[in-house]
Amino acid sequence: MSDAVIKPPQGTPGAPLVTRQRTLAADVWRQFRQHRGGVLGAVVFLSIVLLVIFGPYIHGIDPQALNVRDKNQGISLTHPMGTDNLGRDMFAQVLAGGRTSLSVGITAMLLSLLVGTTIGVVAGYFRRADGLLMRLTDLFLALPLLPLLLVIIMLFRDTLRAAFGPETGIFLLIVFVIGITSWMQTARIVRGAVLSVKEQEFVVAAKSIGTRERRIVTRHILPNVLSPIMVSATLGIATAIITESALSFLGLGFPSDYPTWGRLLYDGVNFMAINPSRVIWPGLAISLTVLSINYIGDGLRDALDPRIRGR
Amino acid sequence: MAVDLATRPGASSPETHPLVRVEDLLLHFPVYKGILRRQVGAVRAVDGLTFDIRRGETLGLVGESGCGKSTTGRTLLRLYRASGGRILFEGQDIAELEGERLRRMRPRMQMIFQDPQASLNPRMTVGAIIAEPLIEHGVHKAEARRAKVRELLDAVGLNPDYVNRYPHEFSGGQRQRIGIARALALDPDFIVCDEPIAALDVSIQAQVVNLLKDLQKKLGLTYLFISHDLSMVKHIADRVAVMYLGKIVELADVRTLFSAPKHPYTKALLSAVPVPDPTVEASRRRISCSRATYPIPPIRLPAASSAPAARRRSTDVFRKSRSGGRSIPAATWPAIACKEGGL
Repeated sequence: MSDAVIKPPQGTPGAPLVTRQRTLAADVWRQFRQHRGGVLGAVVFLSIVLLVIFGPYIHGIDPQALNVRDKNQGISLTHPMGTDNLGRDMFAQVLAGGRTSLSVGITAMLLSLLVGTTIGVVAGYFRRADGLLMRLTDLFLALPLLPLLLVIIMLFRDTLRAAFGPETGIFLLIVFVIGITSWMQTARIVRGAVLSVKEQEFVVAAKSIGTRERRIVTRHILPNVLSPIMVSATLGIATAIITESALSFLGLGFPSDYPTWGRLLYDGVNFMAINPSRVIWPGLAISLTVLSINYIGDGLRDALDPRIRGR
Repeated sequence: MAVDLATRPGASSPETHPLVRVEDLLLHFPVYKGILRRQVGAVRAVDGLTFDIRRGETLGLVGESGCGKSTTGRTLLRLYRASGGRILFEGQDIAELEGERLRRMRPRMQMIFQDPQASLNPRMTVGAIIAEPLIEHGVHKAEARRAKVRELLDAVGLNPDYVNRYPHEFSGGQRQRIGIARALALDPDFIVCDEPIAALDVSIQAQVVNLLKDLQKKLGLTYLFISHDLSMVKHIADRVAVMYLGKIVELADVRTLFSAPKHPYTKALLSAVPVPDPTVEASRRRISCSRATYPIPPIRLPAASSAPAARRRSTDVFRKSRSGGRSIPAATWPAIACKEGGL
């Protein structure tokens, strides 16, 4: 009985013994490819990104070029998405707007994710910091965001413009503003997940081994709270794009001659009855991006979980 | 390259001084109440334990759920901070150690957990799990570490080629073996087995217990074997401590304890063990403890028993036990009135 050794017969067909070191990246990639939604999302998102980057070189019309004679046109070969009320080419504007919107969305999401995850993990893991950090989170949640944004932008716009130039300056400002006002949900979700993970026995086991706190957090806690982080990341991009649109609409974001998807959407609203395509195209771009990112996040979350992996 | 698991100091020489000595160990969890969070009392999870664990022996620790067995084990390994008392590991008091000095003690004492599923990080491969203690204490270089991991897997009866698999790809018994391999990685002297078989099938239980026994023989390990399964404890332990509400009510040699239990609680506990023989089982008499005083939540436990009947009874037991030459601290015996026979 005591020598009962659990060994499979060597060389069983269909169960090859993997002896080479498995790498996480290879495992994740292999599993991600199995996730149909994730792959589809990745393809769509990648196409949008490539189109936005390289599109303007192929579709050479200047998004700002006015041509009042061609205003409010429908779809044509020269104007694949039609023109607006000043005769500017919509396709060129959507491409140019995408550059801004995507970079703002992704950067702001990364910033808010970094802040939210750090605060969530610290609050969840270190009991002493919990009260203070969560009250800080509550404080941010309770702040009236729009007046706050107004004040921040009014105060810092000119300084940043002077320091980094008008476009980079406003980009940094917007990313910062969106980042620091949207991390609270992530922090709360991550804190909750950390609280439940840290009570699990493998964390006690790590402690009994003598693992240092920092390593417990990075090796045991963080990988196990990845799912909620992924979800808030994907939702974060969407929120960031939409917040940026709202800011542009209020005249606080990018200058009015600087197209973003949100800006185009809001500009188009007034002309919805005459020219619905002005709302449809930017709206479609936003929706497709957000949807594809959500699917990528879904696939990534599944691929990162070894329990689901291989199903 | 290969680390010889078989030759270790103390493998065969039972020394007279204990490896672990616990003196008047206390662990009270404070209970707060009200807006001001005033401390209104304490859960006395471990309430004045004193015992020795000799080098190379297995001390069984039994008792009902919530009596403080696991808490005791975890306090010994300093996973909890003791509220009082001393924990002497080879003569050194570790109850107050902190930081790096405590971390350097950790390799000497390890733990095997109850739930093999929960005690293995689902996102790490088996190789990474077993290598973690080696990495943390910087024992080996990468290549030697891989060899050591394979060797450990082999030592616990698992195929060394499984290093790249994840815990969920194993059965419960195999997972427990992984947990054992992890506990062995740093060549500990002392292992707390916290109900290592409670979550396993009966057939697998025997395998794991026998594996633990074999490893003990080979490596000269000392175990604190926490369990509520009395027949398993009888099988593996050299001495047994019976715990009730944070106190040890009886501590004796395994044979003595099972053949002639002195304490009424021990008797009650032993009478609850089923016998794998229908005729004997049918005539087995249960000793149960009266509902009025049992169980007493540890938080309201009075310092001294207030039930006169119980006190009288426990004093009787104490007197009898003194003649038996065994230590049963009557003062620690809480109010419990026992009656013989069925429920």
